[in-house]
Formats: sequence, structure tokens, C-alpha cells
Amino acid sequence: MQNDQKNFDVLVAGGGQAGIIAAICAAEKGAKVCLLEGAPRTHRGGNTRHTRNLRPMHIGPLSVLSGTYDEDEYWDDLMRVTKGKTNEELARMTLRRSTECVEWLEKRGVQFQPPLGGTLHLGRTNAFFMGGGKQLLNALYRHGEKLGIEIHYDAMVSDIEFEDDAFKNVTVNDQKIYAKSFVAAAGGFEANIDWLKEAWGDVAENFIIRGTPYNTGGLLKLLLKNGAEQIGEPDQCHAVAIDGRAPKFDGGICTRVDCVSLGVVVNKNAERFYDEGEDFWPKRYAIWGRLVAAQPDQVAHVIIDQKAKGSFMPPVFPAETANTIPELANKIGLNAETLEKTISEYNAAVQPGDFDHTELDGVHTEGLDVNKTNWARPIDTPPYSAYCLRPGITFTYLGVAVTDKAQMKMANGALCKNVFAAGEIMAGNVLGQGYLAGIGMTIGNVFGRIAGNEAANHALNR
Amino acid sequence: MRLTDKVNEAARVLTICNACRYCEGHCAVFQAMELRLEFNADNLDYMANLCHNCGACYHNCQYAPPHEFNLNVPAALAELRQENYGVFAWPGFMGKLFTNNGLWVTLLSVLIITAFIVGTSLTVGEDFFQTHDNAFYGIIPHNNLVAIFGSVGAFVAIALLASITKFWQTMRLPNPFSLDWGRVMQGVKDALTLKYLDGGNGQGCSYPDETPSMSRRWFHQFTFWGFMLCFAATSAGTIMHYAFALPAPYDFISLPKVLGVLGGIGLIVGPLGLLHIKAKATPDVKGKTNKGMDVSFLVLLLLTSITGLILMAVRDTALVGIMLSLHLGVVLTLFLSMPYGKFIHGFYRLIALIVFAIEKEKHEAIVGVDIPEKE
Repeated sequence: MQNDQKNFDVLVAGGGQAGIIAAICAAEKGAKVCLLEGAPRTHRGGNTRHTRNLRPMHIGPLSVLSGTYDEDEYWDDLMRVTKGKTNEELARMTLRRSTECVEWLEKRGVQFQPPLGGTLHLGRTNAFFMGGGKQLLNALYRHGEKLGIEIHYDAMVSDIEFEDDAFKNVTVNDQKIYAKSFVAAAGGFEANIDWLKEAWGDVAENFIIRGTPYNTGGLLKLLLKNGAEQIGEPDQCHAVAIDGRAPKFDGGICTRVDCVSLGVVVNKNAERFYDEGEDFWPKRYAIWGRLVAAQPDQVAHVIIDQKAKGSFMPPVFPAETANTIPELANKIGLNAETLEKTISEYNAAVQPGDFDHTELDGVHTEGLDVNKTNWARPIDTPPYSAYCLRPGITFTYLGVAVTDKAQMKMANGALCKNVFAAGEIMAGNVLGQGYLAGIGMTIGNVFGRIAGNEAANHALNR
Repeated sequence: MRLTDKVNEAARVLTICNACRYCEGHCAVFQAMELRLEFNADNLDYMANLCHNCGACYHNCQYAPPHEFNLNVPAALAELRQENYGVFAWPGFMGKLFTNNGLWVTLLSVLIITAFIVGTSLTVGEDFFQTHDNAFYGIIPHNNLVAIFGSVGAFVAIALLASITKFWQTMRLPNPFSLDWGRVMQGVKDALTLKYLDGGNGQGCSYPDETPSMSRRWFHQFTFWGFMLCFAATSAGTIMHYAFALPAPYDFISLPKVLGVLGGIGLIVGPLGLLHIKAKATPDVKGKTNKGMDVSFLVLLLLTSITGLILMAVRDTALVGIMLSLHLGVVLTLFLSMPYGKFIHGFYRLIALIVFAIEKEKHEAIVGVDIPEKE
């Protein structure tokens, strides 16, 4: 940024789906728009780079989506995962306006994946991006560049200035940028370990961050400091159990381990601590991050035998394998005697039944402190395999409160007239807890469009 | 099975891809990958030959460099292809020509073209730079041409057949009589339409840059059909010569001429276009060790058509001798380099696509699967 002072109609901070969509909507309305992306170009797009789909409501087939996914069913799904922790007005508006997502994106060059001979099970509820979220970003950035949006990379907001509860400017790389409207779309704070430690204590040191290292929550903190109304709590985060050998940041989807329900999970004391077969893995993986976080040293190990091999998605890191349980224990640093005792007690407690991984088969154990209630087969066929598990943080829920016009609410009850928020920074308004596949991208898409349009309307006095 | 650096790198990359699978909609490589849990030289050679190097999976990859996973599927598979072309070459020691392929092909062209010019000028003597009533057989007698091109052609056919057979067996295809012809036709269709240069949705591939484009597909079609038309022109000439006693030269409105001119135009537009977008393409996706192979093949095709069309134009001038020698030298180099250069990719690609059609229908991996040893 060469000029000493920059003035825009609309300034967007954050270059994930919500941010680039807001910028595009504002530019399409004729506003002079600047987009600030905190990451370098290669890592642009925040957590959108790691996403794969969004979840649009639709009556009848829509583009790549089959059947119908109506408001009632969508609402029920949302209520099930959030347990009512949502703002019904905002949530219902999000669901209704999600019907426009696919067409809006397709018109701007984003490709969706047509169903492939039945390999995707979510062809009705979720629209998959061809090649993943980065393809969506590439298409939207290309479109944004064509519209003349001024895009800056490595542009993390370091300060923000308000005057009379209205946005005035931000500071980026020691330079002030002024705009008539501001869109905050800079994501959550999950990559800020210090902030996580404030809520979780030192255990947060052992968390792995699945997404972008650039979601450090700087802008969120600045908004709260300047009087924005907070929504959600700092210890709330979407935490899943992922491979303990995953990179500290940015490991994305491929670090997941999908064999928990096929085996047993022990902690560093070689003891089991939770029912591995409580429900289907897609319905349970999101509780295992917290379960592992509660174990000593925030580590666990899933142990399977040869029978399970090939019946789950191949993990990215090879398993530790051994022909006996004690040998396996030594390889993964557990007490061999305890692990052998845990496994043999578990094996002895397995009740006969017909194993069927495609349904809740009721094949269970009896008489243990922690029983396994489905898919309980003895671990008795070598070679045995072990995968190390750690809590992997996907995103945080703490954010700023907004109206149905994406306008930021202040803690004193006022509305901030020229600040709008979209994406993870406000998703907690709709998704107070839990997770529904594709809901984050849906919220980002809907609120990105609203924020961009409202910000442009304000700036252009419409 | 071989365990080279290139096999190991492709296995490393696809192991990560197989845990991600976001790219499954782009092309056959990823759908073939999903049928497998482990990778070995055989199934990697298969997937490498399914890859059309369109670049979509690289530009859309969340793990592309500078990410520490450093994934670059098109480059890893392009380099592996260049290696396995050598592995399947016949006779085996000729496989070495695939390393530094561009250099070898260039040297070969210089050698053969020089030999043709020197050889012809010596035989023709003072008339070399003269017009000839009987172009072209007045310069090089028909029987000499048949002897040279016939023997080279026979060798090339044997070498191609031997390489293709070896690849065919590694791809676990049955003998041709037990083939599922429905699947074969599917593979042929996917090859001829260049289906996997469509990006997965008909938007085109990410080549030469991230923006989806159909240019690669079009230029490749010009090249392929240009080549086929030239081949048809030669065949038509041969048939007219032997079956109907109608020796060359032919009128402008004749089957060999019309086919040859159309083919020649295709073989100028196509290779020029491909060379142009190749030069513009993001260097990352192209692979590092295989550049010379791709470029030398395109240049040979281009020279074949350019010299051929010029030859037609100068047939009745004093330049006919030198142009004929030049053209025949280029064509002979192209012939000789067929089993040991980029030309071979078409056969392997077609076979891989047929295997993919079979695997897709059975929803089961065939290539590289352990066969239980018989007791």
C-alpha cells in the first residue's frame, strides 16, 4: 500500500468465503471496495480453503442436489445439533436465503460436483464444491479481481478506530485505511493458542488446529474491545479427535481418524474411558475432541485389529502395528501389562451378536465400567494397529452479535450503523453449539451477501 | 516391483489424497485411487497414465506448496509417467532414452536430417538443386523410399507392439478375445473426446493457469486429428499406388492431397497452440524431468507439417530436392522416436482408460492387486 491515506466505500477484513462474497456484492452494487486478507496469497481464504460443501435448503432438485430439503427438516436438524442454542429469527432467515447460495456461486464461476455413482451420501442435503473450497475461492477471487476490488494479502488488521459508535478506519501494516462501511469477516480465534489457554488452561498447548494458522482472532478482539456485543463463550469450540501426528496447523480434512467405532480407545494409562460404539461415527466424532482433551496429556490411542482393516477411510499417517498387544503397547509408549489387561477384559465382556457396521447392531459388552454398546468385536486378530489421537480444533463459536441485516450490535444496546459482520466471526448467532455438515459455509454465504449489500447501501446512501 | 524415488513420491502424494478425496470429481485418477488403500508401482503407473496433467487438482489443492504436505499430483504423476515409459520400452535398454529424451530426439533429428540431405544430394548429384519433372520419385526412387520407411516402420511397429503388450499385461487386461467390448468402447470414447480435460464439469481444465479453459482440449484435438489425417493421407496414397496403380504425384483435388493438407493444418495449429500454452503454464504442474520429451515431440510434429506443406508448394521449383530431404528426414525421425518418446503416451493412456472403465463398472481395483500365489 503506497498511498498515505486510502478511502473506500466498503472495506472488508477477511478473505474467506464470507469476506470475498461481501466484497463482490458491494462491488456489484457499484461501491469502491477494498479486501484485506491477513494471509499470503497462497494461504488466502481462511478456513474456506479446507471446506468442501454447503447446505442449501431446496424444494425439489437444485443443481447438483437431489430431492427436497425443506425448512422444517432443516430446522429440525439445526435444533438437534444446537439443542435450541440459536437465534430463531436469524436462523430461519439463513435457512430460507440458503436456497440462493448455489445459483449465486455458479453465476460467479464456482463449480459444483455432480453426484458420482453413489460415492457421496449427502447428495440431497449438501452441495459439494468441485475440488473443494479452494476452487470456490479461486473462482470468487478471479471474479472479484474482474470487478476491480482492490485486494491486499498479508494485510492483517492491527488496530481499528471508532468515532461515536461508528467505524472510522483500520490500521494495516502501519497504514490507516478509511471507509464508509466496514465488513468484519476475519474468522474465529482458534489459531490463537494464548487465547485458547485463557479459556482452557495449559491443556490448550496440546491442541492441534485443523484450519488456517491466520485465524488468530485479532479483529474479533478489537471489535469486542470497542464495545461490540459478545455472543458465545471462549471455551466453546468445535473439537474432534484427529491423528496426533497431524501438523500443528492447517492439517485439514485428511488428519481425521475414522476407526474409533471399529475398535477401542485408551488413554495414556492404557485404560478405556468412553463408549466407542455409542452412535454412528459421523454423529459422534465431534464429541471425541473434548473427550480426548479431558484425558491426561490430552492424548489417546485407538486400537483395532486386522478385521477392521479396509472398512474405514484410509488415514494419512500409517498406523503403528504389531503382532501382539504388549508389543503394540511398547511401540506406542503404553504400559504393556495394563493394555493387555484392558484388551482382554474388553474381549471377555463382548457379547455374541451379528456385527454389522452399517447399522446400530447392538453388539455390545457387558459388565465393564465403560461398556461399548455397538460394534463390539473382540480385538483378537493380529496384526493389531494403533492410531494416536489428539484434540483437533476446527473453529470457535465466540463472536459478535448481529441483526438480520448483518449489522453489528453493541453491548450497550445500540446498533453500529456502518459495521457489518459475516462468517465465523458471527456464526455463533445461528449455530450456538454443535455442528451440522456445511452449516458454517451456509452462514458465511448468506451473511456475506447480506453484509456486502448492506455495507454498500450504507456507503452509497441507498 | 520397483521402488524408485518417483514411485515413492507418487505413493506419498496419493496416500494424502486418498485421505482427503476433495478432488474426486475432477477426473479418473482420483476415482481409481479411491478403490485402493495401498499404492505400488503397478497401480501408480496406471494412475499416472490416467492423468492428463490438466492441473485442476493442483490449483484447487488445500495442501499444495507452501503447505508442508507439499502436494503436487500432476507433477508427481508426470515425472512418474516419464519413468514408466522407460520401464515399458522395448528393447529394454532403449528405455534409457526417456531420461534426457529431448536431447536424444534432437540429436536423432539432426543426424537423420543431415543423413538424408547428404545421402540424397550425393545420389542425385548436380541435379539436387534443380526442378524435377518427376517429383518426388525422380529425386529418391520409390523403391528406396519403400525400403527405408518399410524397414523402419516394421521395427517401430514391433517395438510399439512389444511395449504395449508389456503395459497391457501389467494393467491386467485379458487377451483381446476375452475383453468386455462395451467397456473398451467407453475407454475409447473417453480417450477420443479427451473427457478428462474437461475439468470434471465441462468447465475445462486449469491449464495454462488456474482459470478453467478448453484451449488444451481443442489444441490437442487439432494435433490428434491432424496426425490421423496425415496418416490417412499416406495410407490413401499407398493404397492408390499398389491397388489402383495410381502413383504419386497427385492432383490437388485427390484423396491424399485433401487429407494431407487438412491434416497438415491441424498439425500446425495443434502443436503451436500446445507449445504456446505449455510455455505459459504454471511451471509447478508440469513436472521437472519430462519437459524435453513433451517439447521435442510437439516440435517434430510441427516440423513434419510445416516441411510437408512447404514441400507441396515448392514441388515444381529448384528447392524440391532439399525440401524433400528435409521433410523425409523429419518424418523418419518422428517414426523412429515413436516408441521412445511422447508419442507412446496415447497407447498407454487409452489402455489405462479402458482399465478404468472396467474398474469403475466392477467398483473394484484390478491393477496392482496382489494375486494369491497358487499352491
